[in-house]
Amino acid sequence: MRPAYVDPAYIVRRIGFYVLICAITLFFAVPMLWIASAPFDKSPGLGVHWPDWTLDNVRKTLDHPYALHSMVNSLLICITTAVAVTAFAALASYALSRVRIPGRDALLYGLLLLSSVVTGTAAMVPIFVMMFQLGLIDSRFGVALVMTGGLLPAAIFILKDFVDAVPKSYEESARVFGASTLQILRDVVLPVARPGLATIMVWAFVNSWGNFLVPFLLIRSIDKQPGAVLLQTFTDEGGSANLSVIPVFSLLFSIPVVVLYLLVNSRYGFRFHGGIKS
Amino acid sequence: MTTASAPVPGRPARVRAPAQDVAGLGITRAVGFLAPALLLIGAFLVFPAIWTIYIGITNYRLTGVEAVSPSIVGLSNYTKALNDALFHNALWLTVLFVLGSAIIGQNILGFALAWTMRRARPAVRRTVEGFVLLAWILPSTVVAYLWIAFFDRDTGTLNSILGTQGTAWLIDYPMVCLILFNTWRGTAFSMMLYSSALQAVPPSQLESARMVGASGWQTLRDVVFPHIRGHVLTNTLLISLWTANDFSPFLLTKGGPNHESETVPVYIYNVALQGGELGYSSAISFLLLIANLLVALLYLRLLRRRS
Repeated sequence: MRPAYVDPAYIVRRIGFYVLICAITLFFAVPMLWIASAPFDKSPGLGVHWPDWTLDNVRKTLDHPYALHSMVNSLLICITTAVAVTAFAALASYALSRVRIPGRDALLYGLLLLSSVVTGTAAMVPIFVMMFQLGLIDSRFGVALVMTGGLLPAAIFILKDFVDAVPKSYEESARVFGASTLQILRDVVLPVARPGLATIMVWAFVNSWGNFLVPFLLIRSIDKQPGAVLLQTFTDEGGSANLSVIPVFSLLFSIPVVVLYLLVNSRYGFRFHGGIKS
Repeated sequence: MTTASAPVPGRPARVRAPAQDVAGLGITRAVGFLAPALLLIGAFLVFPAIWTIYIGITNYRLTGVEAVSPSIVGLSNYTKALNDALFHNALWLTVLFVLGSAIIGQNILGFALAWTMRRARPAVRRTVEGFVLLAWILPSTVVAYLWIAFFDRDTGTLNSILGTQGTAWLIDYPMVCLILFNTWRGTAFSMMLYSSALQAVPPSQLESARMVGASGWQTLRDVVFPHIRGHVLTNTLLISLWTANDFSPFLLTKGGPNHESETVPVYIYNVALQGGELGYSSAISFLLLIANLLVALLYLRLLRRRS
């Protein structure tokens, strides 16, 4: 019997395998070439070609009146959202994990259902009308509130898994030493659940960073737009797109998400926590 | 609120945990802990969902910046939807979008990647998975713009690869573009879900399939598939739900040209905020909510059965 590596069928299969892998990799890599080359190209267009290297576009982007400002808006909205989601989800999931509240299972089931049923697109009209009547149109805080409400059910659900895993014996021994409820929470439960809290915070931040629909619906003035909406405004306004700013802006706007993802991935390993991004 | 809020697929929903109130929280304080979260969820998720029903039976309109006070018109928005050719068009396009990009595209590509990467060299595996994951984590507006650049008529990469200079892909074949775009963007989720699912297939069974000379296809069908059937169903339901609610078609085409890529979410937006017909668009939103509810109930049933 011939060894496998000289078997023609085997060789054909190996070649087929690598051709397939190359094709799939190209499918995923090629659309990204633009964001890698256009930001540093003297004459950036929509197409991909070997760039005529320059940093002019970066300077133009930094000088742009709204570009960096929109990043600040994004930061304000997303940090508010991430902190609120983490804090409220932590409180709620601890209560749900440790206390037998009547109707708890139904509540959890309801949350799980809600988190997948009521999406931004299905609820955009009532949310718009509600914020309109509350006078919260054009408010960055209003955007953060809507995003927080939308992310909380899934956050509670994911976090409850982490809190359930915190050993109760730790709390018991703290109790024995006379710690109060709040001390136990602050000094025992929160530190142990920290990976979960970090994951949720990053997850909420990344989700709100990429969210286009909510700020697009609720923010009217350009100086309050977060990056996700400003990019759309760039491509839309004034007839022609500002091609020296868009590539650099896309790149800058993507960096926080990629960095956070790498951070979570290296520290805690990437798992199915609802997907860090859709 | 986002497409990414599905909890922990691939693991059973944990509905019961030993409640041991060691810290001495007590019911009253526990309810206090729950209150802020429940208030926010109530205000920004439950209330809007319920209010859709009400707005949907009114003739609420948005004229300029002022809303005219609405009156109840019963179910006429729903009968209007029944006869609205553009709504039928949007429904059909959404089905096409889900079928093409989620059920076929992401599912098959995701499985193929999970299956082939199982035995690939670590370096190859890291590279390929890296690109797929990057496509997934980039913000959706950036991804939309990447694809606008990719499909561009004059300098787009696709035209230079295919030598089809001057083809305006987004105008001539908008649905094909959207399906490619969403397949590209969403495959990572299926890939990861199937990667972990495939670990549950006992290697001994794969080995014995090889011993009896089963072809690759037979192995997949008779050995692998029975083990991952639940995962396939779960994955298909989730990605279909997300795709049907995806608003990013708006970023690429705004529903055009001539409504050729106007999926239901884009149609809701165009009717509500371009056309000002809040009542009618709420009726359509409510139909979308009902569809979501049915899919989500199926998904939860599946999770329960597996746990």
